[in-house]
Amino acid sequence: MQGLSRHGNLIALVVLALVLAVLPIYLPNNYQVSILIFVGLNTILTVGLSLLMGYAGQISLGHAVFYGMGGYATGILAIRFGWSPLAAMSAAAMLTGLIAYCVGIPILRLRGNYLAMATLGLNVIFSLILSQQTDWTGGPNGLGNIPKLSIGKLSFTSDVQFYYLVWFAALGVLTLSLNIVNSRFGRALRAIHGSEVAAEMMGVDAGHYKTVVFALSAVYASIAGSLYAFWISLISPSVVSVNFSVELVVMVAIGGLASVWGAIFGAAAVTLLTEFLRNMLPQILSGASGEQEIIAFGLILMIIMIVLPEGLTTGTLRRLRRWRAERAAVKEIQESVEIMGAP
Amino acid sequence: MSLPSQIVQLLFSGITVGSIYALIALGFVVIYNVTGIINFAQGEFAVLGALIAVTLSQDTPIFGRAVKVTLDLPLPIAIVAAVLIVSVIGILLYELAIRPAKGASVVSLIIITIGASITLRGLALITWSTDPFRLPNFTVGAPLQIFGAFLILQNFWVIGAAAVILMLLFLFFERTMTGKALRACSINRLAARLMGIDINRMAMFSFALSAAIGAIAGIVITPSTFMGYDSGELLGLKGFVAAIMGGMDSAVGAVIGGLALGILEALGAGFISSAYKDAIAFVMLFLILAARLSGLLGASAKQQESGL
Repeated sequence: MQGLSRHGNLIALVVLALVLAVLPIYLPNNYQVSILIFVGLNTILTVGLSLLMGYAGQISLGHAVFYGMGGYATGILAIRFGWSPLAAMSAAAMLTGLIAYCVGIPILRLRGNYLAMATLGLNVIFSLILSQQTDWTGGPNGLGNIPKLSIGKLSFTSDVQFYYLVWFAALGVLTLSLNIVNSRFGRALRAIHGSEVAAEMMGVDAGHYKTVVFALSAVYASIAGSLYAFWISLISPSVVSVNFSVELVVMVAIGGLASVWGAIFGAAAVTLLTEFLRNMLPQILSGASGEQEIIAFGLILMIIMIVLPEGLTTGTLRRLRRWRAERAAVKEIQESVEIMGAP
Repeated sequence: MSLPSQIVQLLFSGITVGSIYALIALGFVVIYNVTGIINFAQGEFAVLGALIAVTLSQDTPIFGRAVKVTLDLPLPIAIVAAVLIVSVIGILLYELAIRPAKGASVVSLIIITIGASITLRGLALITWSTDPFRLPNFTVGAPLQIFGAFLILQNFWVIGAAAVILMLLFLFFERTMTGKALRACSINRLAARLMGIDINRMAMFSFALSAAIGAIAGIVITPSTFMGYDSGELLGLKGFVAAIMGGMDSAVGAVIGGLALGILEALGAGFISSAYKDAIAFVMLFLILAARLSGLLGASAKQQESGL
């Protein structure tokens, strides 16, 4: 979305930060706060994925891998090696970024369908390893007793404290990404999305840029994974499911493929919708176990991609702009007809 | 069990599982060649085929056990009906989701077929909930014993089904006008259209055909393994790997790819680690994709790659 100027971005960020800051005061209970924490975590993930999918035009159906990698690396470093939470989290982010960079070099040479399947394959292999390497990961039961996060004298134990922490991180990621999008790097990514060959002709090292943005989005995911692990204090293979990877793609698609602001909208929309459906469906359908929300998911995904292939935000904005332009054109014609003195 | 008989046993089970992968791979290849789309909902066709056949042929509680279906059709009729129903689902998928998205990018089409697979899985979940289902063996009888290995009769049905379908497809593509039209579409869609071939019809037909093949795959395997609403995911992924192993462009390639993958998996599970059995397919996927990229498979493979 080229919609907002730098100035507009800054204002929007400040407004968002203020709204988020006062929001917990008006929330009646921890349940709502915890949903908003999930929205924040998903925002961090989705912003990274939207850089990769929307700006660089590469699909990843295995992004949950990096989320899980961050969470597991943090947990293992904190529990087995007794690292301080913050050090564990930073090391996990760096490690995940490095692994993503190395994996990205060969994998990102694939395109379209093949890239989708390869990343999906990565996801399946990674969840298998997590379930099998019981010594390190705790196997199917997961890794429990992850210590709470504390930075200096600040320790994050309650949900509300975590809410502020997660959104602080999410806004940081958002700011960084908005700057990246409006930089030389972001323009190079868009050029690659437009046409890789053309971009290379203009001197853009497409392979390098794609790998870097892949690694960057993995670092974001790792940070979200670490925060999740600290918050829940348990991380299990279910976090790394293919379904979650798909869900992340849904969030990006709903928000608009090339839109950092859309990503936050998509994360919020999908997370809230999932919760809503999970609560509502059992009441509508007798015997519904609450898992049936996936059907609504699938339908929404298809409809959005068919009707608004650019996503809800970007697509709607563009349609609105086109409509306005058409109306202006019609008006202009009418005026010129009047000037010419037509009957 | 002695080593030779163990190998025979593993090979046989590998060929059986491989036949299933081959059938699913055939489904991928048919749609991909006619339309250029990878249908991520391919595994769902197998699940729907199997579960519909179960529902038609035996007492099955559906909709959260609220309704009980007691049609009790004879198994052959139920199977034919299930295959037809799934073909119609394939047609609906094309008409409702793929055709309206004409001209969408590859990423959009991927997301659409993923959406379709999630929707179908959700429908299966609502209808059959999380229960696993099984069909009876098609023929009763003691397992054959060859070289000290026990060969279950149902597995011959699976292998036979794959062989018969491959043969029918061959005849269809070589000897019938529709088959030739489909092949024309896969060679050059624009030229096919200029020759008066209705490419929309052909695309719809390819979805119906591949849904039918998928349904048959699901049905023949259900007597030997449980089928649940979410079994399609792994089946679809492995079928795709098999299709890639076969080069994505020929039916024979898909079958060879499927058999190779099945045998590798069986041997890997038998001799290396059964826990990592499912990883073998994806390691193969990476190896093959790497080989394709480095041009091991010749210029045509590379050219195709750049077209994607």
